[in-house]
Amino acid sequence: MRGLKKQRRVQVIALALICLAGATALIGFALRDGINLFRSPTQVVEQVPSPGEIFRLGGLVADGSISTGKGVQFFFDITDGANTVAVKYVGNDLPPDLFEEGQGTIATGRFKDGLFEATELLAKHDESYMPKEVIDALKEQGIYQEPTGS
Amino acid sequence: MLNEIAHFSLNVALGFAVFGTIIPLLGATLGRSSWMQLAPILSMLQFLLVAFAFGVLTVAFVRSDFSLRVVVSNSHTLKPMLYKIAGVWGNHEGSLLLWVLILTLFAACAAFFGKTLPQSLLARVLGVQSSITAAFLAFVLFTSNPFTRVEFPPFNGQGLNPLLQDPGLAFHPPFLYLGYVGLSITFSFAIAALLEGKVDAAWGRWVRPWTLAAWIFLTIGIGLGSWWAYYELGWGGFWFWDPVENASFMPWLISAALLHSAIVVEKRDALKAWTILLAILAFGFSLIGTFIVRSGVLTSVHAFANDPERGVFILMILGVFFGGALFLFALRASAMDSKGVFATVSRESALIANNLLLAISCFVVFVGTVWPLVAELLMDRKLSVGPPFFNIAFTPFIVALAVILPIGSTLPWKRAKRTHLSRLWPVGIFCLACVGLTWTMQTGRSLIGPVGLGLGVWLVMGVLIELYQRTGRDVGKWKRLKRLPLADWGKATAHAGLGITIFGVAGITAWQVEDIRVMEIGDSATISGFTVTLDNVEDLRGPNYLTTMADIELSRNGSFLANLHPERRYYPVAEMPTTEAGIDSGLWRDVYVVVGDAQPEGGYAVRTFIKPLANWIWTGAIIMALGGLLSLFDRRYRVGSVATRRDIKEVDA
Repeated sequence: MRGLKKQRRVQVIALALICLAGATALIGFALRDGINLFRSPTQVVEQVPSPGEIFRLGGLVADGSISTGKGVQFFFDITDGANTVAVKYVGNDLPPDLFEEGQGTIATGRFKDGLFEATELLAKHDESYMPKEVIDALKEQGIYQEPTGS
Repeated sequence: MLNEIAHFSLNVALGFAVFGTIIPLLGATLGRSSWMQLAPILSMLQFLLVAFAFGVLTVAFVRSDFSLRVVVSNSHTLKPMLYKIAGVWGNHEGSLLLWVLILTLFAACAAFFGKTLPQSLLARVLGVQSSITAAFLAFVLFTSNPFTRVEFPPFNGQGLNPLLQDPGLAFHPPFLYLGYVGLSITFSFAIAALLEGKVDAAWGRWVRPWTLAAWIFLTIGIGLGSWWAYYELGWGGFWFWDPVENASFMPWLISAALLHSAIVVEKRDALKAWTILLAILAFGFSLIGTFIVRSGVLTSVHAFANDPERGVFILMILGVFFGGALFLFALRASAMDSKGVFATVSRESALIANNLLLAISCFVVFVGTVWPLVAELLMDRKLSVGPPFFNIAFTPFIVALAVILPIGSTLPWKRAKRTHLSRLWPVGIFCLACVGLTWTMQTGRSLIGPVGLGLGVWLVMGVLIELYQRTGRDVGKWKRLKRLPLADWGKATAHAGLGITIFGVAGITAWQVEDIRVMEIGDSATISGFTVTLDNVEDLRGPNYLTTMADIELSRNGSFLANLHPERRYYPVAEMPTTEAGIDSGLWRDVYVVVGDAQPEGGYAVRTFIKPLANWIWTGAIIMALGGLLSLFDRRYRVGSVATRRDIKEVDA
């Protein structure tokens, strides 16, 4: 009886270790493809990323920069106060509801020949929400303003 | 005046919670019966006081009492009544009060139904539960008081986020919280058992209904949330692997594991320490989830407006309860000696495999969720973990789980022979044939579709075979089937529900068709057999919004199917636009149409999706919850309890 319990325990621990090793391997593998770095416009200007890399670009939508293209495509600029990157939206989705000039946004896409081709846009979902990365990027340039009122 | 009384009653409730922690726990240690007897009364009192405060807050929202700050920031006189009420929990302060209300509700229920529990166990359970209530009440009172007054009440409020003005979302938080917080009572049971130093079959039987109830609510809550995201956010996804979604999914996975391991404790007197650990982890993940949602450390579309002070407070609660519980576990786990033995191939082993897979998949989700935090703290790199990560790292474990499920559930306890599986062979071959057939029919696409389809069939057929096996070889099969315990029906239903959900997820992921184009009024387009015609677009006025509504005719092969009305709404109070999709739901597919802004050169951007098997996802979730409910009403949770038997007699007379 004791021996049997011990044997069971060894089996369970072995199985758990196999599962854990499998999970770790999968996580390691998936983390290479599944993650996107966040960059601010300043970081993009200072160190131009390779054209193949998909990353997230965050900042404010520059005032007066949105201009419409064909269908749902359109152009705008993302700025963090110090630097500005031109963005072309090439995604299939309609832009998010709260996408406006002067608002914080995070665009996912790749940087090619001085133009950021965004396939996905994230905008805030309520009035007082701003993505944390964008806040940090703006703080770095010293232009972040605390939201006023409650 | 009422608001002040409510605020005061919360303070009193905090006092009772502190007393309710100290007296019963001390009483149980010292063996003083009179102290332990106080536990149920103190729990009931806490519930009544918090319920009163919550009622007052609800009344304040209904009456639009703009002297309260939460009402000003989250309500408006023009808002429909349903959303005024939903506004109570549509904000940080109110939803936290709902948290506390549910904590005390579960304590009160445990006090009410727990009369047959050993006195010291009940006292300890309620004592631990009271300590959680005390911590959260302190959180409410010191950092997020819903009864904060405004000095000069404005004439009107600032409205509620329009995205939240939706029936699906109105009921999503209460269900989710019932699930999240419901796990607190299993946590209390686990801690109480550690303090008692005793876990037996009876403990397993007491804990399982509570876990089951929490799991049912969590299933419904997650299902509602996913359904809401599908039709309200306007891009037709059902799951985004967003940190906040993961926060609710992790406790779900762990509580599902706990449900299964509690059966082993109850029936076979094994896996005791593991079950205790799962109970601690389940609530631990609820707390982690709360931390993620409220502190804003992770970027998520769901985030409440956040405040670092609150994050620190929750982190402290998390540290004390989770850390303390794990410490206690480390001290006492060796006392949980299991007696049951079993063979390598047996239902116990299958349930261990189930637990391992669920726990590992939860671990994967956890790593993916906190990775951005780890990367920022340790490597100073800002990054996000997207759906590709979860698709690669999470899916294999769920596939493995679904593969072993029908096998494990037909195996007998203790030891199994190969003959027990003989009936599953034809089903397995049939499923592989299904996979092969769909694979060849949809050449060149991902494997997800065929595999998911095969797994769905495998699960549902497995359930049917198991039910058939249970009827035995003799005549009178139907009678035996009818006499099966409700728990067995619950198990069959829940497992079939999982199959249906997997079926739906595979269908929508693998075979979705999408199309986007600019359409003038009168234009039509044909997308995989469905013809979409933009008949008209007009501007209208809703109760508290303006809308641009399109009139779209959907037909197939010339025969009319439906008129769809996708909208672009604008809520002036919140200055927020929203997108309302037009959806034609069907058994085999949804047609999902979204209309965009007017184009400068005329016409509108129209986006159409054909989403195969979309409804199966949520139908499956409902069926899973129903299975849990059936299991909850199983006779064995009622027999042996004296109080209930008296009730039955009264009904008979």
